[in-house]
Amino acid sequence: MAEARTAERAAQGEGHPSGDERFALLDKTLRKARYQQDQLIEVLHVAQDLFGHLSEDILIYLARQLKLPPSRVYGVATFYHLFSFTAPGRHSATVCMGTACFVKGAEEIVQQLEAAHDVRSGQTTEDGELTVSTARCVGSCGLAPVVVVDGVVTSHQTAESTLAHVGEVLAKEPTEAST
Amino acid sequence: MAEPIAVLSSRYDVPDAHTLEGYKREGGYSALPQALEIAPGDLVAMVKEAGLRGRGGAGFPTGVKWSFMPKGTGKPTYLVVNADESEPGTFKDRELMERDPFQLLEGIAIACHALESERAFIYIRGEYLFPGMRLEEAMTEAYAAGYLGDDILGSGVNVHVTLHYGAGAYICGEETALLDSLEGRRGQPRLRPPFPAVAGLYASPTAVNNVESIANVPWIVERGVDWYKSLGTEKSAGTKLVCVSGEVKRPGNYEWPMGATFREIIETSCEGMLDGREVRFFAPGGSSTPLLTAEHLDVELDFDAVAAAGSLLGTAALMVYSDKTSVVEAARNWTKFYEHESCGKCTPCREGTFWLSQVYDRMLSGGGRPQDLQILDEVCDNIFGRSFCALGDAATSPIKSSLKYFRDEYEHLVEHGRLPDGLEPHAGIITDNAARHRPTDFAQPATVRAGSLR
Repeated sequence: MAEARTAERAAQGEGHPSGDERFALLDKTLRKARYQQDQLIEVLHVAQDLFGHLSEDILIYLARQLKLPPSRVYGVATFYHLFSFTAPGRHSATVCMGTACFVKGAEEIVQQLEAAHDVRSGQTTEDGELTVSTARCVGSCGLAPVVVVDGVVTSHQTAESTLAHVGEVLAKEPTEAST
Repeated sequence: MAEPIAVLSSRYDVPDAHTLEGYKREGGYSALPQALEIAPGDLVAMVKEAGLRGRGGAGFPTGVKWSFMPKGTGKPTYLVVNADESEPGTFKDRELMERDPFQLLEGIAIACHALESERAFIYIRGEYLFPGMRLEEAMTEAYAAGYLGDDILGSGVNVHVTLHYGAGAYICGEETALLDSLEGRRGQPRLRPPFPAVAGLYASPTAVNNVESIANVPWIVERGVDWYKSLGTEKSAGTKLVCVSGEVKRPGNYEWPMGATFREIIETSCEGMLDGREVRFFAPGGSSTPLLTAEHLDVELDFDAVAAAGSLLGTAALMVYSDKTSVVEAARNWTKFYEHESCGKCTPCREGTFWLSQVYDRMLSGGGRPQDLQILDEVCDNIFGRSFCALGDAATSPIKSSLKYFRDEYEHLVEHGRLPDGLEPHAGIITDNAARHRPTDFAQPATVRAGSLR
């Protein structure tokens, strides 16, 4: 329903030309914000929730809708740490670098993960399969070292066990759970 | 001998204090009807008389701040509650908003009446999803019951509250940067004057107050000025939520009357140090306050007493480090934080924090040079007092103070290319392990969404 309406509006030159139904939801937020320019940060939050990250396309769309210069939208979006501009990989492995994990060898886990998958921490593999990142502390220091794989906390990890587990996850068919 | 006290935290252990029913059963919303009977000017005078000082770090008297708000400008007046609690080591407002959100909302309603403001904004940090959810629920209930909205409790006073989520920027805790961020811009500090009291949010008179400051207001109204002044010291009245983290047995949030000593807090509430370690140094009010050493443990929890000892009370985020922890590593950890969070507006801070961080990396990787200590000193001098806002000054605090008290450790590191024996590397990164204490069913999600960690 929403999709059809968006496509219709797109045909009339309104909304986003792609007719992607997520833009209909974004439009709804914009209307609720009465297209006020000072609502930019709230709208960016919603956009990121809808799309997973903020692509250039989305930023330009928002700039147009809010009648703001693209530089302003880009400047605000890049200023805040919670906004991300690259699509996350299909799977993720986040190594906790909090004190407890650090002293129990988290650095070794990160190095081995980086080497095995040819990716730097904070980045995604070229095939878009795996994002490796680090976190300051996930608040589970008793389980150190902790690696969060696809949103699930795995405890008492070693470099070997992490690599094996990540390998298993990557080999599995895509599921709903992978974000 | 001071004793811990429960005023702001008196409802923390009531399981349903975050609901309107639980809050009212525990004595909540008894101050608001009283306050609505009092004229706005008298309320401001009352808060001033009580000696409430801002709990967000600077310790500026709240009533005095409110009295700066011009009247009859023809513009709306705003109250902005600063819940962008990002100072490393500080987690008092999070717990307050999670466990007792109505206390804040009642305080906001009273403060708005005092300021003759019809609109309040709560700027909460984007990471605080759970406290934000609790606040949203509480606001819905308060609106439905007539404690917020138009004509609250039939008094003719209108108070509307808007919750705004930040998006991850430490600098937005600075009041003018926060205002810019609320207006949908990059959070960068503004040039003062004009001060927010004259031209703040949307160029209108704005009071910016910390969550804990506002939460104190209902107590002052309900129990009276004399009762409030009887808590605490002459210059710093009331109680203080102290967030203790680091190498103590029981880290967590504890409420103490002003005037308690740091030693009492560590020994009584925290049951002392981990595994018989000794206190080596501590930050009395978060990472932005100069470090103090074991000699200063008997300093009182009081804005002026801590200032006299050469530091600042800040947010009373007490981070305690033991004799096993390297102060150079701890200082590097904080410097990295400031380097990352510098907003880039002014050169001394943007460039200075970068170079400080480079020097620390060089020293700790074994390549330190004798002149590095002087470079640290000089760069700090070029940041302090020359940066646009307090972030730059704050970045120099741990460095200048550690150089002052622990120069020998720096010298050893530079001379030998390694830290002195007896220190455990990386122990200094502990900043917030408070989740361990006060077991709750919500403090730790069963699984952590990976997206939330980036």
